[in-house]
Amino acid sequence: MASNTCSTGICGYLCSSIGKKQLMGVTAFLLIGFLKTHLLGNLLILGGRDLFNDYAHKLISLGNILIVAEVILLAIFLIHLFLAIALVWQNKKARPVKYHSKKRTGRGATFASDTMPYTGVVILVFIVLHLLNFKYGTYYEYELNGVIVRDLYQTVIEYFSNPLYTAWYVIAMIVMGIHLSHGVQSAFQSVGFRHARYTPIIKKIGCALSAGLTIGFSALSIYGYYISTIN
Amino acid sequence: MSTATMTLKLKIWRQADNTSKGSMKEYDLPGVSPDMSFLEMLDLLNENLVNSGNDPVAFDHDCREGICGMCSLMINGEAHGPQKLTTTCQLHMRSFKDGDTVVIEPFRAKAFPVHKDLMVDRSAFDEIIAAGGFISMNAGNAPDGNAIPIGKETADLAMDAAACIGCGACVASCENASAMLFTSAKLSQLALLPQGKAEAAERAQKMVKKMDELGFGNCTNAAECEASCPKGIELSNIARMNREFFKSSLSK
Ligand code: SF4
Ligand code: FES
Repeated sequence: MASNTCSTGICGYLCSSIGKKQLMGVTAFLLIGFLKTHLLGNLLILGGRDLFNDYAHKLISLGNILIVAEVILLAIFLIHLFLAIALVWQNKKARPVKYHSKKRTGRGATFASDTMPYTGVVILVFIVLHLLNFKYGTYYEYELNGVIVRDLYQTVIEYFSNPLYTAWYVIAMIVMGIHLSHGVQSAFQSVGFRHARYTPIIKKIGCALSAGLTIGFSALSIYGYYISTIN
Repeated sequence: MSTATMTLKLKIWRQADNTSKGSMKEYDLPGVSPDMSFLEMLDLLNENLVNSGNDPVAFDHDCREGICGMCSLMINGEAHGPQKLTTTCQLHMRSFKDGDTVVIEPFRAKAFPVHKDLMVDRSAFDEIIAAGGFISMNAGNAPDGNAIPIGKETADLAMDAAACIGCGACVASCENASAMLFTSAKLSQLALLPQGKAEAAERAQKMVKKMDELGFGNCTNAAECEASCPKGIELSNIARMNREFFKSSLSK
């Protein structure tokens, strides 16, 4: 075996190009799973202030369980982020002298696949702001069914009352959709799933899922803006 | 044979040797027949250069039949030029028009250093093969070809993977200079067959580790390699390598 200490076992796997790719793919699947749940939860906004706040309150009341879940989610996200940084860094180093002219063949790479690092950065900025604006945003309380609960609904509507914020939110969701449109099928390929019949279907489902998440989250932000204008 | 010839404006990477700095140089080349192959066009240029006392452009070639994998070249930003499933030596000048500008560069990757002009050192590929792209057996009389039955589909998949000529267009066209299409083809042609299964795990480990060590980039599944490969090697080989490597990591 090679003298490199990082050549075998789990460590060797994680140090390798393929190990990193696969972990990238698995964390992507988990993050998409979270996004779907998040969207479903957010849809409760359509049910009005009490329904949404009741849901938020139930989540907050989970206490330590919620904190553990959040830490796991953060860990998944950070793994995805740091692997991306490592991969991009290595990829830049792999071609030190650039081509004078380089064309996409049109049969492989797409705008989405070429821009993964950039769309990723936009999503990162978005997530930080998103947490600051909502989770750690203005804190309102009110009484719901005899209990004092956080009025997250108010925080959300107030945020979207600013059309610039709504526009930024929609743009960020479009960027996320672009990221996912390559990401979903790429994750399947990385974990080793490719099939003459199913891969084209996976690509379609990936695009539909990306579009669904983008449209879903965007529509809710526009709905938030609309509610703020009629109040 | 058509007689109308074309005049081309060539922009070619010139670099004296591995250590010197190169640059793009322009040449006007009249008298290019559409029936010439791309390499014959370069031969014509070199004849002119030699006759006028200049250094000819160094480029790699051997069989000129699309089978050896020695020719390379980024032509107008595409590995092996604009025609699908075609090596540079099999590309013909009828793919270009009179007055066209043709940009010709070497395949670029950290693991493929430029020797001179358009010639690159692709021995990194040999190192990947030497790391595990073989089977171990006792030499001697050739075994009976039909002694081990192999299903038609499997045999076809292995044969498709074995079509790789090791040209390096996959690395050259990849945004990340990743060698995964080549490595996966060389791994698949053995992993699919019973003779290759015995050493499959060790092979996957060694070939992938060697590929990483040599400084090739990481695959981002954009598929430019598949699109540029003159032999139609498919991305499913990379998926197979991903599986093989994962399996072998569990056992090694
Ligand atoms: S996979 Fe295709 S492009 Fe890559 S080395 Fe083999 S033949 Fe050339
Ligand atoms: S010179 Fe042999 S493949 Fe082109």
